[in-house]
Amino acid sequence: MTLVYPVQSLAAHPPRLSPAYKSTVKRSPSKPLIPMRHTLSELTGPVYGHETVRANDHDLTVHGKGEPIGERIIVHGHVLDEDGRGVPNTLVELWQANSCGRYVHVVDQHPAPLDPNFTGAGRAQTDAQGYYRFVTIKPGAYPWGNHHNAWRPAHIHFSVFGHSFVSRLVTQMYFPGDPLFPFDPIFNSVTDEKARNRMISSFDLENTKPDWALCYRFNIVLRGRNATPMENS
Amino acid sequence: MPQTKPDGITPSQTVGPYFAYGLTPGGKYDWNDAFNNNLVTPDTSGERIRVEGTVFDGDGVPVPDCMLEIWQADAQGRFSDPQDKRALPNTSFKGFGRIGTDARGGYAFDTIKPGVVPDPDGKPQAPHIVLAVFARGMLLHNYSRIYFDGEAANAADPVLALVPAERRSTLIATRQPGSGNPVYRFDVHLQGDNETVFFDV
Repeated sequence: MTLVYPVQSLAAHPPRLSPAYKSTVKRSPSKPLIPMRHTLSELTGPVYGHETVRANDHDLTVHGKGEPIGERIIVHGHVLDEDGRGVPNTLVELWQANSCGRYVHVVDQHPAPLDPNFTGAGRAQTDAQGYYRFVTIKPGAYPWGNHHNAWRPAHIHFSVFGHSFVSRLVTQMYFPGDPLFPFDPIFNSVTDEKARNRMISSFDLENTKPDWALCYRFNIVLRGRNATPMENS
Repeated sequence: MPQTKPDGITPSQTVGPYFAYGLTPGGKYDWNDAFNNNLVTPDTSGERIRVEGTVFDGDGVPVPDCMLEIWQADAQGRFSDPQDKRALPNTSFKGFGRIGTDARGGYAFDTIKPGVVPDPDGKPQAPHIVLAVFARGMLLHNYSRIYFDGEAANAADPVLALVPAERRSTLIATRQPGSGNPVYRFDVHLQGDNETVFFDV
């Protein structure tokens, strides 16, 4: 194993302590993280068979007995590395609120209706080119207790594995033009504007389905392997 | 495929408080588990162990909405990943586990004691499990390692050697008294005097 993932790529991430997002204050490290070389333990990662993703796992609109309420959308894109190469056969997990901004989670007390036909969880595996596709419902914004009248912009949670345990990524996909962006401390925890914009999907008119669904494209970029031998790192 | 090289990676965002129904449903939600906290398969060779503990925040308060993921080699020190170019495992042991903490911040994994994995120079590392910690209030997950007490190899482990001596104990799971399969305790302190060592990887 001679490849490493440059740690410089991590600069795009938000700082772990972002006081405007209050929950980070007691949950972020107070001591410096310790740098180390990547060993086989970091450079490998879990591999899944096709049994992990079932035929309709990518279509969140068919998991109930009837159709869920809301605006049907296609969310698709590529999982890429930093050089733009597709990441094939990797697992993409998704979860989200329903069209009213309500999660099925037991502790979500937002007084908006649950949808008996919408759980909000999905799974897909990228193809040989790194492409994935979901069909779902556009999630609603919802209030949270971070500060007075705080509302999260509509978002879809994504969990992606990639080639190794250090390419693991959990993120949130946002929708273009959301008026809540300037007020959201989680979105704005990413201080670099270009990096922040990489979390915003783009409206994809070309891939909408006439009379059926709008479409958003969301490419997910994971840390890439460079060719630097470990000995020089 | 996109035509242009990306201008950087997609930033991380918190897993939030509501991940359970998508990532760790555990029979409580109408969704199946892709992974769980039992890594042992019937054909897995090696010493069966349990690793359990509690996750605490900077005030010492248990964290009930935390997700832990582990990744490890099999008992022969091989990873279930073709990128491990050495002889591959011949069992169905996958080496990956995931769990959400319970209402008291607790967690447990049933797995096997991993074997020895070489470092980039070919020197042996002491048996260890790689840990990723996610939670509401964590914008980016933390990486740590679980080592095992009573392992002579810990003294020469090249990664433990990078850690200030007074903090090494935060990375070493302690064997609990009792009969049956060995149980190791590994608490995670996200912040504070007993803060678990996290690595910049």
